[in-house]
Amino acid sequence: MDLFISIFTATVIAATPLIFAALGELIVEKSGVLNLGIEGMMLMGAVFGVWAHFSGMPMTLAILIAIVAGALSSLVFGILALTFMANQYAAGLALAIFGGGVSAFIGRGFGSTPVDAVQPIKIPWLSDLPFLGPLLFQFDPLVYLSLILFVAVSWFLYKSKAGLALRAIGESPESAHAVGYPVIMIRYVAVLFGGAMAGLGGAYLSLVYTPLWVENMTAGRGWIALALVVFAAWRPIRVLLGAWLFGGMTILQLQGQAIGLKIPTELLSALPYIATIVVLVLISRNRMAMVLDFPASLAKPFRPSS
Amino acid sequence: MPPRLELSGINKAYPGVIANDNISFSVQPGEIHAVLGENGAGKSTLMKIIYGAISADSGEIRCDGKLIKEHGPAVSRGLGIEMVYQHFALFESISVVENIALSMPDRMNLPALSAEVRTISKKYGLPIDPNALVLSLSMGERQRVEIVRCLLRNPKLLILDEPTSVLTPQAVQILFETLRQLAQEGCSILYISHKLDEVRTLCHTATVLRGGHVTGRVDPSAASASKLARLMVGHELEEVSRPATQKSKKPLFEVRELRLAAANAMDTALQNLNMEVFGGEIVGIAGVAGNGQNELAAAMSGETVNSDPDAILLESRPVAHLDAGQRRDLGFGFIPEERLGRGAIPPYPLSENALLTAHRQGMTTLGFTKRHRAKDFAAQVIRRFRVKANGPDSIASGLSGGNLQKFIVGREIHLSPKVLLVSQPTWGVDVGAAAYIRQTLIDLSRSGKAVIVISEEVEELFEVCDRLYVMSDGKLSQSIDRKTANIEDIGLLMTSGAEYDYRETNIA
Repeated sequence: MDLFISIFTATVIAATPLIFAALGELIVEKSGVLNLGIEGMMLMGAVFGVWAHFSGMPMTLAILIAIVAGALSSLVFGILALTFMANQYAAGLALAIFGGGVSAFIGRGFGSTPVDAVQPIKIPWLSDLPFLGPLLFQFDPLVYLSLILFVAVSWFLYKSKAGLALRAIGESPESAHAVGYPVIMIRYVAVLFGGAMAGLGGAYLSLVYTPLWVENMTAGRGWIALALVVFAAWRPIRVLLGAWLFGGMTILQLQGQAIGLKIPTELLSALPYIATIVVLVLISRNRMAMVLDFPASLAKPFRPSS
Repeated sequence: MPPRLELSGINKAYPGVIANDNISFSVQPGEIHAVLGENGAGKSTLMKIIYGAISADSGEIRCDGKLIKEHGPAVSRGLGIEMVYQHFALFESISVVENIALSMPDRMNLPALSAEVRTISKKYGLPIDPNALVLSLSMGERQRVEIVRCLLRNPKLLILDEPTSVLTPQAVQILFETLRQLAQEGCSILYISHKLDEVRTLCHTATVLRGGHVTGRVDPSAASASKLARLMVGHELEEVSRPATQKSKKPLFEVRELRLAAANAMDTALQNLNMEVFGGEIVGIAGVAGNGQNELAAAMSGETVNSDPDAILLESRPVAHLDAGQRRDLGFGFIPEERLGRGAIPPYPLSENALLTAHRQGMTTLGFTKRHRAKDFAAQVIRRFRVKANGPDSIASGLSGGNLQKFIVGREIHLSPKVLLVSQPTWGVDVGAAAYIRQTLIDLSRSGKAVIVISEEVEELFEVCDRLYVMSDGKLSQSIDRKTANIEDIGLLMTSGAEYDYRETNIA
């Protein structure tokens, strides 16, 4: 029983940075923009979170700084891809590499000094429940925030007019422009939101999960978040479930040997990508699903006519 | 009362072209005013200027007597000017009512908006289901959505850009009823078209444009069709002549019980199609877009390969299992509906575009191309088919639609195919080039070849074809002799297979 609780909670915690980053990227992609630079933005969030923490700022402020750092790094991509209409693949890859380099530079002095991690919260009564308490109610606040953000993103996309407009822009920026929506501006907002969420995901790694600064500490999670959005076929609920699935695979990797699993860890770490490719092939065959959920203008630069 | 819309001295120039040259006219309240002209006459530019989507270089626009100073789509909407684009501004992945909500200024209240949509669609006889996904709608239904979207905003001036190009003859009648009703209620309508008959039955006045300037202001119901055509084209239209013909004894091309499952939810399944085409005749396939014409064209051309070789016979030889290149080797020619991207590669010169299908004529050795041969071939096509281009090195995308289509049709005919399949031969082609292309196809058939024309324009098929089939919901009708057929019957056949159209008229 204790093993189940520990695997379950470890999975949820491992999934949390993926949920943040992937929900952000989901909004970006739903607007028709592909930002491949999540890895870089997460690293920027992670390093600036640690920097703020070491500068003596309170934890909440450190997390906010990480969010702003992520958003500002996404702005680099936004200016290249939206204003100058550069190739989005190239601009995104550039951001991934740029973020890795800059974060390593800023984090030089941080050594491997541990951070006073964000602690789990105590919810009166609920946290003390037998079994359910340790299973569900002894997480750190950011885990609950990830669930709140999931609900907010789902509501925004499918219940609000702004979300409807965002999806419409992702399908056909030309039509949205003709109807009178400021396509480029809305895409900027989406890109900034994606950056902020990636920054938050990075902060979760360096201030809660690990918790310390190590160069390239995201270890591919940005790419997994990117794969996750495709794996989820651009649906928020599947992003959530997929994040837990991919998080579970990470935990399996870590605990596999301990519980006597004979699968090579390299194979386990490849699984999210393999799963993503399989899903991609499956949904590409179903045109209906593609039309309904896939942002048709993804990665195509939009040039308003005059 | 001041006119609803008054234009004075509108000018707009693009590098190398004068799109609008000193255009002035006015539209009264409740008037249906046609703007008639060929493709490239400057109609669409003018409409975009009126709507505020682009700005004029000089000139004045007055609405209800008031001068519009700072113009833009938002200003237009404030003044009650609405526009239905030729290519609809709709989103496929969301529902009708969500599409409409996106262009309404208010907060989103879908149930209330659905009720409004139902009311309007009932009042004007435009049945639409507010909850349907746009991707499931036919082109005609999509147009209704666009019109209802405009009507919900109580327009004072409605601009329609070539609205009938996607409609069946019956749907055109319904649209006209709606427009007349709107005009009676005092709404002014600007109706852009190149179709003389429509303008003559519907419109109160017509302004004719040619090469960017006004060539006439007429009462279209009083003016003769030939006078309107002269104003539009600048000279008398050559009548397409269709000399008598000698049909070959055996069919050159046959489709035998062709079946094809739909590859996905968006495609139409082909159900047991039968058709034969003899040398010396032109056979037309009529139908509203999306009833299986694309699937049939792909099956005939070899883009879709069939497992049963006998489903398609070329000169009595089974070819359904052969791919497009192998069928071309046997003398089959195909002109797809998309000129750019499928019929020709836009950024390539005409000589290399000639190579695409003409490489069979000794233009390659050991996989290397002989450029001079390709150039010669392209030059011959340009001369023979009177293509306006600067020689074989001109870039395909630099040609006007009509001239590029002439080149593509010419390229295929110059290869002397035994059977030629043409899809939408005159889409977006100006009247003069269209007449020339039609005549060319007739001449080809009269030289003993078999020609198949797929078109959504029934009038075009009546002009060129000897026989017709009607395609509806993946099925082909019996062969119909053009001499005994009339357009209304064909229109009925176009919708009879689709139960959906019957059902939708009962909505609301």
